[in-house]
Order: sequence, then C-alpha cells, then structure tokens
Amino acid sequence: MQRSSLIAFAHVGKSFDGGRGAQPVRAVDDVSLEVAEGEFLAIVGGSGSGKTTLLRLANRLIDADHGTITVEGEDVRSVDPIQLRRRIGYVFQSGGLFPHFSVAGNIGITPKLIGTPQNEIAARVDELLDLVRLDRTLYRDRFPHELSGGQRQRVGVARALAAKPRIVLMDEPFGALDPLTRDALGDDYRELHRKLGLTTVMITHDMTEAILLADRIAVMRGGRLLAQGTPAQLSDSGDAYVGELLRTPRRQAERLNELLPRDGAA
Amino acid sequence: MSFLSDPRWGEALAHLPDYLGNHIRVSVTALALGLAISLPLAIAVRNRPLPRGALLGLASIVQTVPGLALLALFYPLLLALAALSLAWFGVGFSAFGFLPAVLALALYSMLPVLRNTITGLGGVDPAIREAAQGVGMTPLQSLFQVELPLALPVMMAGIRTAAVWVIGTATLSTPIGQTSLGNYIFAGLQTQNWVFVLFGCLAAAVLALAVDQLLALIEAGIRNRSRLRVLAGGVGIAALVAATLVPQVARSPTSIIVGAKTFAEQYVLSALMAQRLRAAGFSASSREGLGSNVIFEALAAGDIDVYVDYSGTLWANQFHRTDIKPRQELLAELKTRLARQNITLLGELGFENAYALVMPRKRAEALGIRGIADLAAHAGTMSMAADYEFFSRPEWAALQKAYGLKFRTQRQMQPDFMYAAAASGEVDIIAGYTSDGLIAKYDLVVLDDSRHAIPPYDAIVLLAPKRARDEALRAALAPLLGRIDIASMRAANLRAAGGDGASSPDAVARWLWEKIGKR
Repeated sequence: MQRSSLIAFAHVGKSFDGGRGAQPVRAVDDVSLEVAEGEFLAIVGGSGSGKTTLLRLANRLIDADHGTITVEGEDVRSVDPIQLRRRIGYVFQSGGLFPHFSVAGNIGITPKLIGTPQNEIAARVDELLDLVRLDRTLYRDRFPHELSGGQRQRVGVARALAAKPRIVLMDEPFGALDPLTRDALGDDYRELHRKLGLTTVMITHDMTEAILLADRIAVMRGGRLLAQGTPAQLSDSGDAYVGELLRTPRRQAERLNELLPRDGAA
Repeated sequence: MSFLSDPRWGEALAHLPDYLGNHIRVSVTALALGLAISLPLAIAVRNRPLPRGALLGLASIVQTVPGLALLALFYPLLLALAALSLAWFGVGFSAFGFLPAVLALALYSMLPVLRNTITGLGGVDPAIREAAQGVGMTPLQSLFQVELPLALPVMMAGIRTAAVWVIGTATLSTPIGQTSLGNYIFAGLQTQNWVFVLFGCLAAAVLALAVDQLLALIEAGIRNRSRLRVLAGGVGIAALVAATLVPQVARSPTSIIVGAKTFAEQYVLSALMAQRLRAAGFSASSREGLGSNVIFEALAAGDIDVYVDYSGTLWANQFHRTDIKPRQELLAELKTRLARQNITLLGELGFENAYALVMPRKRAEALGIRGIADLAAHAGTMSMAADYEFFSRPEWAALQKAYGLKFRTQRQMQPDFMYAAAASGEVDIIAGYTSDGLIAKYDLVVLDDSRHAIPPYDAIVLLAPKRARDEALRAALAPLLGRIDIASMRAANLRAAGGDGASSPDAVARWLWEKIGKR
C-alpha cells in the first residue's frame, strides 16, 4: 500500500551553538518524517521553526547530531556529501545565482562539475530554458542582474533540474516574488514536478501556498514536527497552532468568495 | 626657457633605458614574489581569526619600518646568509643589489594584498557560498570558480596599491646597489642637480601611474567581462616586463662596474674612472649612491670592480682600528690587510679628504697662526663649529690630547653652512673636510697638523679580487694615480656643487681630466 520513501528522517536532532555562554539552540528536535517517491511535500513554519535546517540536513549542507537520514535508501552519512548534492536539485531563496556566470553558466554548472561534455550541456541548457518558459535566445547569455526576480527564480529552478535529479529541495523559492509571478511560477513548477516525476520538498511560511501546491504538508514549530498530512487531514488535527495556520487561508477563501462573483465573467 | 633647455635633461634621458629598465625589473619581480606569498597566505588564513590577526599585524609592522631602513637591513642579513651558504654548501650568492631589493620590496607589498584579499573573500555573500556548496562544488571549486572571481575587484584594488608602493619605494634601492630611478634622485641630491631629482621623481611617478592604470584596465575588464580590456592591460604589463630585459641585453659581459658612495666627490671620481676606462677601450658603467659599508662588501664580493675609498675610513670602519699611524705606515699596513682579502690597493690619487681645522686665511695670517700648534694659545677666546659627529669621534679626542685645545664654545652645525659661518666670522674655527671646494671659495686655510693627531684619509683606488691581474685595467687607471692634488679636487668639488649644466659629474670629470691630464 505504501510507496517507497525517497527521503526519510528518523529521530533527527540538530543543535547550534547559541554563542557566548548561551544555551545551545535546538534547531531540529527529534523529527521523524518520510517523503514518498513522486510526492510534493511542503514544510510550513514560522522563522526559527527549524524548517530550513531540516532541509539542509537532507543534502548535508549541515550534518545531524542525532538520528538517521536516508536518501534514496542510503544513509547520507555513508555518502560523499559532494556527490550527494550533485544528484539532488536545490532551489535557493531568491535564486542564489552566481552573479558572474551567465544564465547558461548558472544552469549548466552541476553538469559541468560532473564532467558532462560541453555540447551536451548546451543542449540541456536550451531544453531547460524551454521547460521553465524562458526564451532561449533571449536569456541564455544574460547575467543574473539583467533578470527580474521571477526570471531569476525560473533560472534557479532550471539549475536545480540540470543534472536530472529525482529529488528537488526548495527553500522558500517563491517567497520574494510579487503575487502574480508567484502564482504563475508555482503552477509551472507543480506541472514540472508532475511531468518529470520529481520528489519535491518545499519550505514555506505561507500556508496558502503550501495548500495550493503540495500533496502533503508538515508543520514545524520550535524545532519539532507538530503535524503532517494532506490539507484535509491537517484541518482535523487538534493542534492549536496548526488550526491558527489554517485559519488565514480559510478566511481568505471566504472573503474572496464573498467579494468575487461565482462565475467570474468580468 | 633656460630651465628646459638645460643640457642635463638630455643627459638624464640618456640614462633612462638603464635606470627605468632596472626599476621595472626589480619592481615587477618584487610584486610577483609578494603576490606569490601573500595570495596563498591570505586564502589559507581567511577563515581562521587567530592566524589572520597575527599575519595582518605582522604585515602592518613591516609597513611601519621606513622603506630605506628595510632595504638597508636586508643587505647584512643576506650577506650573512651568503657566507653561511658558501660555508655549508659551497654555493655563494650576491647579497648586493637585486636580491635584497626584491626581498625587501616584496615584504613591503604584502599588507595591501593580504588585507584586500581577506576583505574581498570575506565580503562574498554567504548565500552565494552556500549556493556553490548546494550545486555540488568542492571547497576548492567554490574558491576558484566563485569566491575568488567575486572577490577579484577588491583584491585588484589591493594589488594596485601594492604596485604603486613598490614602484615608489624601489627608488630607495639605489644605496644597496640596485640601479633604479632612485639613481637620478640620489645623484641629484648629492650634486645639487635638481634637474636629475625632478627627472627621477617624474619618471617614477609616471611609471607608477602607468602600471596603476594598466591594472585598473584589467580590473575593469574582469568586472565588465570584457576580454579586450583584460587583454590590453595584460599586453601593457607584458610590454613593461619585456622592457626590463633591455638592460640585460645591452650590458656586455666584459663591462667594468665603477662604484661611487653617496657624495659629490665620489660621483666625480667614478665618472672620471669610467671615462678613462672607456678611453682605453673598456665598456664601463657606474653603480652610484652606494652606502659606505655596502660599497666595500660589494667590491670584495666582485659586484663592483673598482671604486675610491679613503685610507682612514677603511682603517677605522673595516679594520676597527683606533690607533693612528703615520701616512705611509698606515697605507702599507692597509695594503697588506686588503691583500689578505684579495683586494688590490692600486694607489693613491694624490689628495686627502680628512677632517681638518679650518679658519679664514686673513685672520690666520693676522694672528700668525700656521698650524694647530699655534692655535692653542688663542683657543680660550675662540668658538668652534663642527658637524654632528665630529666631537664624539676619536679624531677630536686625539686633537685635544696632542695640542691641549680648549675652545670657549663648541657648536654643531649642518656641514653646508659651516664654511660660510667661518667666513663671516660667526665662528672662529671649523672642523671641515680637506677636499671641500668651499675652502677655496671662502678663502679659508687648512691648519697644519704637525703632530699627526688626525689619521690620514688618502683617496685610494681599490680593485675587486677578480680584477687583480687585469693589466689593461691597471694601465687605464694609472694616469690618475698621484695626479689629483688637493687644489684640483677642491676646484672640481666646487664645480660639482655649481648647480648648472657644467656641474654634472661627467662634465666635472672631463674638466678635471683636462686639468690634470695635461701636466
């Protein structure tokens, strides 16, 4: 009945030095969470909830203090972190593009690191530009500072997909974008996720976005996993904080229903 | 317009290929060495606060050492190392000129490079560094593909600062035997040749600006990803480096190098010897402005071939003797001691540049004073002036002891002003230098030291060990020996201080040869 899980956290903990005699901060506290193959999981929480730390543990940008993390069936501690990162796509907050590389250079970086031949990289870059709906001839040779925020994030997504990963991790990828761009990009990514059969973990602080894009949602607070499940399962959760998080999208939906005509012909 | 039509501009220009080429060679080598040391060091310590602080502190301390002192310190250090290397491995190296200059200047270039590299790397957005990790770069790939390229503008600014500093400070490498644009400045200051001083300063400034602008071009090219600009800047730098090879090619292997210390008389005498050598078919070049202790070691090591020193100076400074012997005895002993180091004392030029008590001729005649012995009776009512070190030198103690001198007052004075002070009667007696041209100019008289209290300072020609058997060289210089009397040297020194077109060392040397060669 259960699909095999591609990423699994088992009782994972991670503390950071609080600095100058302060108590160490428990960023992630005994979290167990599984992500099935082909699933789109959103991790929702406020700042300091530990959601970004949890994501970084998965591709060993940081290492866990306790517990076990498995990716594609392997314990990440037994894998070379460089190789691990090259086979996992990672989309950074506001792009994280290299300012001195062109769009093509940014997208092709991981294939280049793996040693893919130059002509194959060029073809792959064009294919990816099509995939993220950027005109190849127009954008291929531009530099990040010549792009809008949305275009930068599309390049960020293309870069994450360049080495054909099965897993994509996204750290608040659409957080800094205007609502229209954000909506379009979210839908486009959701489509890519489905079409390419990806397994995606997305960090967000926006419950509405999580509900609209993800199959399943995990809620974190103070380093602990409070609840996880489909939006419907979450609304049945008795947790007060989860209820509070769900109240905003609900109220928004009600307000919109009131304000906008049902069969919206303008 | 007489200033611009001064013939010394042309003379200065004639030296430019040699001086400029050497200047660029030493600066570029020092900068390259400085970068080769500083860049890896800065990268290694960038994330380690403790060694980072220690390194920057050390580099800052080096920066506070005056450039001249830093350069001068490297000479004895390398001399000791060279001696050790010769003793242990049988391989010596020259501690003179190029090597100490390059090492000191490289050390001098480190601070701006270290500081800007550390600052530049530290200024790379942490999100970008994490992205480099996230896409699967190794730490080295991240450093070379992301961090260094992004830090490059800041690093280049540091490299430009270092380049300007090195080019400016390289002018100070003249006294340790490295030919540079400083040769104009040191020679000009000593011979009151302001055209040379100005020319040297301008040339160094233009060179520094040119290198700075070429590096700026490369920096702009990197920032705007313009290959053309990087290429243009690179070609410019390469052209400069190519220019440094000119003096190497131009210098023929049989060239005789004539050394000169840092004062006008030495410039004139080295020019005179070089002229005589050329007349005899040698190719000769001058290495001028050498420090008094550097020049003897340079001769002993064969870095220069010939120069003029003074018997009393060698006696006291090289052989650490405080006793005073009669002239011929001292010369004979000096000759055997020098021969032990394979240095040839070729002979005396015929004059002395010693300390001497000097007073106006008319006053001396009026008082009936002919020698220092006659002075003792009048000393109690007289005032005396000397340079800053005379009263603490053994000569003064010996004089007091031999003649029982006790003056009413003793004053210290800038040497240039002493003679005028004596002429105007502001002081009665001065301790002057016997070959100084101002003695004749102000109609002063040198008082006879009948009891030989002051050691002899005969001007003597010294040959390097490798030239000991060079008969042609000896023959070329022989016409000078015993021919330069004190009056001629004084007249020559006075001309050299003239400050016009006829006062260049070369012109004065030609004049001197005309005067003495025809006898």
